[in-house]
Amino acid sequence: MADIVLDHIVKRYPDGTVAADDLSIEIADGEFVILVGPSGCGKSTALNMIAGLEDITEGELRIGGERVNEKAPKDRDIAMVFQSYALYPHMTVRENMGFPLKLAKVDKEEINRKVEDAATILDLTTHLDRKPATMSGGQRQRVAMGRAIVRSPKAFLMDEPLSNLDAKLRVQMRTMVSKLQRRLETTTVYVTHDQTEAMTLGDRIVVMRGGMIQQIGSPETLYDTPANLFVAGFIGSPAMNFLPATLEEGVFHTALGEFALTDELRGALTSGNAPRELIVGIRPEHFEDSALVEDHQKAHGSVFTAQVEVLESMGSDKYVYFSVEGEQAVSDELAELAADAGTSDVPGGDSGTLVTRLSSASTARQGRPSEVWVDTSKIQVFDPSNGRNLTVRDAAPVAGG
Amino acid sequence: MGTDSRTRIWWALAGLVVCIYALVPVLWIVSLSFKTTDTITDGSFVPRSWTLDNYAQIFSLDLFTSALVNSIGIAIISTVLAVVIGTMAAYAIARLSFPGKKTLVGVSLLIAMFPQISLVSPLFDISRAVGLFDTWPGLILPYITFALPLAIYTLSAFFREIPWELEKAAKMDGATPLQAFREVIVPLAAPGVFTTAILVFIFCWNDFLFAISLTSTSASQTAPVAIANFTGASQFAEPTGSIAAAAVLLTIPIIIFVLLFQRRIVAGLTSGAVKG
Repeated sequence: MADIVLDHIVKRYPDGTVAADDLSIEIADGEFVILVGPSGCGKSTALNMIAGLEDITEGELRIGGERVNEKAPKDRDIAMVFQSYALYPHMTVRENMGFPLKLAKVDKEEINRKVEDAATILDLTTHLDRKPATMSGGQRQRVAMGRAIVRSPKAFLMDEPLSNLDAKLRVQMRTMVSKLQRRLETTTVYVTHDQTEAMTLGDRIVVMRGGMIQQIGSPETLYDTPANLFVAGFIGSPAMNFLPATLEEGVFHTALGEFALTDELRGALTSGNAPRELIVGIRPEHFEDSALVEDHQKAHGSVFTAQVEVLESMGSDKYVYFSVEGEQAVSDELAELAADAGTSDVPGGDSGTLVTRLSSASTARQGRPSEVWVDTSKIQVFDPSNGRNLTVRDAAPVAGG
Repeated sequence: MGTDSRTRIWWALAGLVVCIYALVPVLWIVSLSFKTTDTITDGSFVPRSWTLDNYAQIFSLDLFTSALVNSIGIAIISTVLAVVIGTMAAYAIARLSFPGKKTLVGVSLLIAMFPQISLVSPLFDISRAVGLFDTWPGLILPYITFALPLAIYTLSAFFREIPWELEKAAKMDGATPLQAFREVIVPLAAPGVFTTAILVFIFCWNDFLFAISLTSTSASQTAPVAIANFTGASQFAEPTGSIAAAAVLLTIPIIIFVLLFQRRIVAGLTSGAVKG
């Protein structure tokens, strides 16, 4: 076991493309760190550089305090789980899992013992003599995990290990991965494009975009105080709502009406050189059916009326989609997020749709106008020109570490 | 149902026609090899009187037995060498980028396209000059040369089919490049290796042109050449029966070779490596 340090790492391809730009991450011993971002953000490149499958152009990579830039993968003592599992089809499960030990010239009894231990942990004991071709996706996935854990490496690297599984199995495997990591206490770097996976698994999350780190922090930090529009839009499901807003004499003018600045916000916005045109971000759960909000709560919020477009009842909550008139918030970050999500519009769905999560007691009806309260103390304010979160004071683009 | 079964019948018929067309000459040769000298020209498909004299006769000739040994030895050595070199070259072509890769592929294609007859005279001169004339290496070398393009092309197609992630996985598991190649890639490419081996073996086994041009004595003459030399071996009878018997014997190793490896050739060995 060891810590992993990425010290200003750059990956530049011969054609000049920069896949990873000045990555600095310190991963503590035993920590579970997630690299997350849309496709092409450089997360897999970063992982491959840690693995040694790709060369590092600039910067230094240290594992357990030792520079490993020039070391071959086999000399770094780290195990990797691939998206495609990459099991050896001509070997049985036992041989697959024992392969790293066989290469390390461990004697046969020892190999058998370790493989069987790992198989017990992963519930594979009855499948040891089968070939991968005859196994289900979940079982193959577990074999791939088993191959990684048998030799107790310094660290695990996982490259989207669950993305080939169906939704239900993915949730089960997620829990298994989490338990396994807690049990083995091995430093783990996990790459995914799924923010739910990132939020549920990681001790810390590294959000990446275009080869650069956007923010490093615990799931809570990223959710509550995103450093910029990109992180705010990427983390959270359903995604945060973004609205263009104008700041005039301490009052926000938005499509949802006028919000008074809270004291906290006023401090943050008036002290800096905040522009007058802003983007306001509100999480779906910071809305509530106005009828269900007690009067003393209403004070630090604002009430507006809008048409209910779609209502999805989840039992515990209701997701209510409102149509909102007015312009869309525009920024590069939001455009990229939308492109990644496959919608040409901003996150949250169609143009002018507001996603809210209301209590199940809400009386909102599809097609009818409804009165909604928004908790203005929870709103985030972003600078449209660079995407920076103005609500978070001292928010450096790269936080934590 | 109607059209489906009709197409199937048509395919079966077509297959049957092709099989008959290909097999009748073979059966004819087999039939000739069992006929006695006086019935050999009777035109009957099934021999009227069976005999093993033809087989006995060719084995009584030292020429043929030594030629058979030469054939087997030269073909096996050439096949092994061509497949080993071809495997490594094909792996490099499929996986690595190195300067001169395109030239290498182009040159090997060029060799494959060259009419062999045009190379026979220069090869004859060369092999005499360097003292390889009428020796095993004198045949093995040109065989490898002409078999390699074929081997490289077939094998690199097989290597491309193997997911690259398997190699990465092997590297992560602590394998050196050579270990990854030997333990992971080669077993998976086995069907390709065996297919290539069979093709190369057949090429070397059947070759007549180089064998007759570059050999002169029983030290290195191969079986096809020996058969050709049967003519006039007997003053009193046409050696048709002997030629037929030798031809039948020559096909036996090929049939054994294919039967041995046909199960290996069956594809699908790579299934289960990655998400299926």
